[in-house]
Amino acid sequence: MRHEVRRLILLLLPAGIFFAAFFLLPMARLFFIGGSGKTGWAAYAAIITDAHYFSSLLSTLGVAAATTAATLVISGISGVFLQRHKFPGNAALVAMLTFPLAFPGVVIGFMVIMLAGRMGLVGQVTQALTGEKLVFAYTIAGLFMGYVYFSIPRTILTVMAAAEKLDPKLEEAARSLGASPWHVLRDVIIPGLKPAFISAGAICFATAVGAFGTAFTLAARINVLPMVIYTEFTLSANIAMAAALSFVLGIVTWLVLAVARTAAGSSVAAAG
Amino acid sequence: MKRRGLFLLQLGFTLLVCAFLVVPVILSMLAGLTVNYFIGVESGLTLRWVMEVWNGYRETIFLSIGLSLACLAVTLVLGVPTAYVLAKRQNALTRTLEEMLVLPVAVPGLATALALIVTYGSLSGFRTSWAFILVGHVLFTLPFMVRSVLAVLSAIDLKTLEEGAASLGAGFWPRFRDIVLPNCRQGILAGSLMVVTLSMGEFNMTWLLHTPFTKTLPVGLADAYASLRLEVGSAYTLVFFLMIMPLLLALQAFAKPRPAKFVAEETE
Repeated sequence: MRHEVRRLILLLLPAGIFFAAFFLLPMARLFFIGGSGKTGWAAYAAIITDAHYFSSLLSTLGVAAATTAATLVISGISGVFLQRHKFPGNAALVAMLTFPLAFPGVVIGFMVIMLAGRMGLVGQVTQALTGEKLVFAYTIAGLFMGYVYFSIPRTILTVMAAAEKLDPKLEEAARSLGASPWHVLRDVIIPGLKPAFISAGAICFATAVGAFGTAFTLAARINVLPMVIYTEFTLSANIAMAAALSFVLGIVTWLVLAVARTAAGSSVAAAG
Repeated sequence: MKRRGLFLLQLGFTLLVCAFLVVPVILSMLAGLTVNYFIGVESGLTLRWVMEVWNGYRETIFLSIGLSLACLAVTLVLGVPTAYVLAKRQNALTRTLEEMLVLPVAVPGLATALALIVTYGSLSGFRTSWAFILVGHVLFTLPFMVRSVLAVLSAIDLKTLEEGAASLGAGFWPRFRDIVLPNCRQGILAGSLMVVTLSMGEFNMTWLLHTPFTKTLPVGLADAYASLRLEVGSAYTLVFFLMIMPLLLALQAFAKPRPAKFVAEETE
């Protein structure tokens, strides 16, 4: 028995050493470096006390919340629909909706430019219709669009998996008792999908808070925390502040995911 | 009648969502093959931009392929034994370990990359080599390998299988090689596809970890988007799509539910 325990420990050792050396140790170091700048440990409070950082924190959280809400509504409608109605072409639609699953953030940013950039589709259509060219790719609206694009595929997969497990008998019972489609949705389907919504929503939120590639492709003018951290690190060479801000950002995303996990059971998060 | 209307409404909405996701992909593929995107497809089709990408950014493609394969090798060596232990012992300690392993996915890549730089950035031989990026990719992809293998191992009756083999006199290594590994082959395959795909596309960490001599494909993409004309950026994206398309299709095939696995399954 003791022999077996020793063997299990031995099997864990390679991953354990790697993880300790390249994640735990560096994170601990990042934490201390965050407190070693001009302002000392106050750097950790700067995200609240400094007006500039605080405003970027607010816009980061705002974009993330909007992304989560929009993605859940869109994926909820399409996910349940595709799970419930099997028609010719259903599989093709599912394949198309989940195809961008592994696009990196930079590529998503470029997709937003193709749609809403200076030479984008939205601009061409609006110019033809109204004579004025609508270009919003390089603003926070473009970032929002990119994050929704990024989040739809994985959220639809989660919603479909959860919708598959819903018992259709419950809906039939509700309908036979005279419930309108709206009541069935509100009282049967949405409560049944709640755990899936919570965990998928948390992942949307956490990726939108921490993602960097999309904002980087779209413009440096977008004032969200990952861009601020990047500018502090490269342009201002303010490593301590960059360390403190990214540590706080890490805590925020980790907390969001941890709270959601206890609320909804486990699921793997994926950032791009 | 009312339900039919509802059906059409939902179908229309879903088609719109599909268009939102697919139209920009098609537009960018087209732009990469168009002589002048500003004028439109009327200006003619060309492979000029694709060739330009091949000549200018070939190395990034090779580096990304090499990196993702190296990442796969490391995650296999580290991840499969870890998943085995986590499947064998399900208690508070192993659950904490599992949670910790997922941290690099939960924490923004930017933070992990900064942490690596402030800790190991002064080791210049390491900092400037592609191994520095590899470390980041392994941290980010390892949980996917572990989870994928663990999911399969938890679904089979590992204990009975191993006890059976042990009662026939098989030691640990023969058991691991002949019983455990063949049984989690599907998990290993799914995890491997995920690891390679994610490593190929990783940007958040890689942008900070790379040096001018270790540019990966997504880093090259960001470069091209920022400084080159739209057609070249599109052609580069096209190359990227062609590279990850087979991986994504394979992943989709795996995402479909598999038939339940039985304990007494025959292995050939």
